[in-house]
Amino acid sequence: MSKAPAELKYVETHEWLRLEADGSVTIGITDHAQELLGDVVYVELPAVGSVLAKDAQAGVVESVKAASDVYAPIAGEVVAINDELVGAPETVNADPYGAAWFFRIKPADASVLDGLMSADDYLGQIGA
Amino acid sequence: MSTQTTPLNATHRESGAKMVDFAGWDMPIHYGSQLKEHETVRADAGMFDVSHMTVIDVAGEDATAYLQKLIANDVARLGFDGKALYSGMLNEAGGVIDDLIVYRVDTWGYRVVVNAATRDKDLAWMQQVASSFKVELQERAELAMIAVQGPNSIAKACKVIHEEWESTVKALKPFQGIALQGGWFIARTGYTGEDGLEIMLPADEAALFWKALAHAGIAPIGLAARDTLRLEAGMNLYGHDMNESISPLSAGMGWTIAWEPADRDFIGRKALEAQKAAGVAQVQVGLVFEGKGVLREGMRVVTENGDGVITSGTFSPTLKQSIAIARIPAGSSGQVSVDVRGKLEPARIVKMPFVRNGKAVFA
Repeated sequence: MSKAPAELKYVETHEWLRLEADGSVTIGITDHAQELLGDVVYVELPAVGSVLAKDAQAGVVESVKAASDVYAPIAGEVVAINDELVGAPETVNADPYGAAWFFRIKPADASVLDGLMSADDYLGQIGA
Repeated sequence: MSTQTTPLNATHRESGAKMVDFAGWDMPIHYGSQLKEHETVRADAGMFDVSHMTVIDVAGEDATAYLQKLIANDVARLGFDGKALYSGMLNEAGGVIDDLIVYRVDTWGYRVVVNAATRDKDLAWMQQVASSFKVELQERAELAMIAVQGPNSIAKACKVIHEEWESTVKALKPFQGIALQGGWFIARTGYTGEDGLEIMLPADEAALFWKALAHAGIAPIGLAARDTLRLEAGMNLYGHDMNESISPLSAGMGWTIAWEPADRDFIGRKALEAQKAAGVAQVQVGLVFEGKGVLREGMRVVTENGDGVITSGTFSPTLKQSIAIARIPAGSSGQVSVDVRGKLEPARIVKMPFVRNGKAVFA
């Protein structure tokens, strides 16, 4: 049974987003996504300072069985990445909404989160 | 065609297995973590439900002559009762119809085990070839098959098999099996690069025996770990590393072709001889990845002699890096590049296997 915390926003490509106090947005992949992938063995993150368009490829997550792109659900500049994840990709399976965040984006306008899916919408979409 | 189930289907579901369709069979892909399952087999003992595989007994006065025609390896090499042989079953063009294990069983002749995904075409081909021999083929669909694999697997399994069989099973040599009472057949074979047994038994005894093995400390292992284990062991998977359009000489199966005696006219022999005379253009190699990401089936391999392709690729849980089986132009050695989604990444050609008996062994 996939989990989706109510305080986060979600997109169809199975990333979650969290608005931080400083206006940046933390992004990771959902519990459902890590379940589909299975044991994660490789993570590639964007460069800090890179500017991503909405839906641009931002990284890669690979499990033993499959490779999947990670997308930027909103446009903005990458202000932080989770370097520890590269050395410990299995964290994606253990703690997808916590220690396994991928990167942080500074959006031009935080209101871009308003149109994204709620936890209930997302769980409905994945049939959970 | 409706989905088929093995006699252990309910047992897998009770154990929390994630089930997937495999060649029309509802099979466990993992029981939680394929990485943990992989490590369990390398370090201790694991068990696999391989009841979907097809068991065919060959009897009759021409059984030996028939198999000497049907497969590229030579059953005359089976020097004693129970001895097993790995072989390709080829078409006239020298392509691989399937790979198989054949056991010599003096009670009736031979036992052949072929892949589940190729069952129908294998049986049709075997029947067709059989029409010119005095043989009887009997599929043994009523048998289940459980593989126990890992350094502690034989000792643990021996705690729960019939007491009077224990010394017999412990005395089995690698690649030797034995037909036992009640329809049981136990062989020291497997598909992981570890010591272990493959146990065929009546379907209605399978669930109870599986639970007894679990009680003896043998963990259930899914198909996902089976794939990473066999790849580390440098073992081919039919339909990926070879198929009907690929020669065994280009699929690392040269060692399974018995060229002597020269007058044994096995199916595919003429085609293979012509290939050998002309020079084999592509060969199978192992690759150890030194770039970013994970090698996958279908990726292009760039060598100094032209392009090749990865036929099986994965992350190796034992080596903690990506490895692959590839088919590349002959004469390549050393470094190659792999096209990983548009980026050329470095890989090194190695001699397989990658892992044997829990240790890295590639060179």
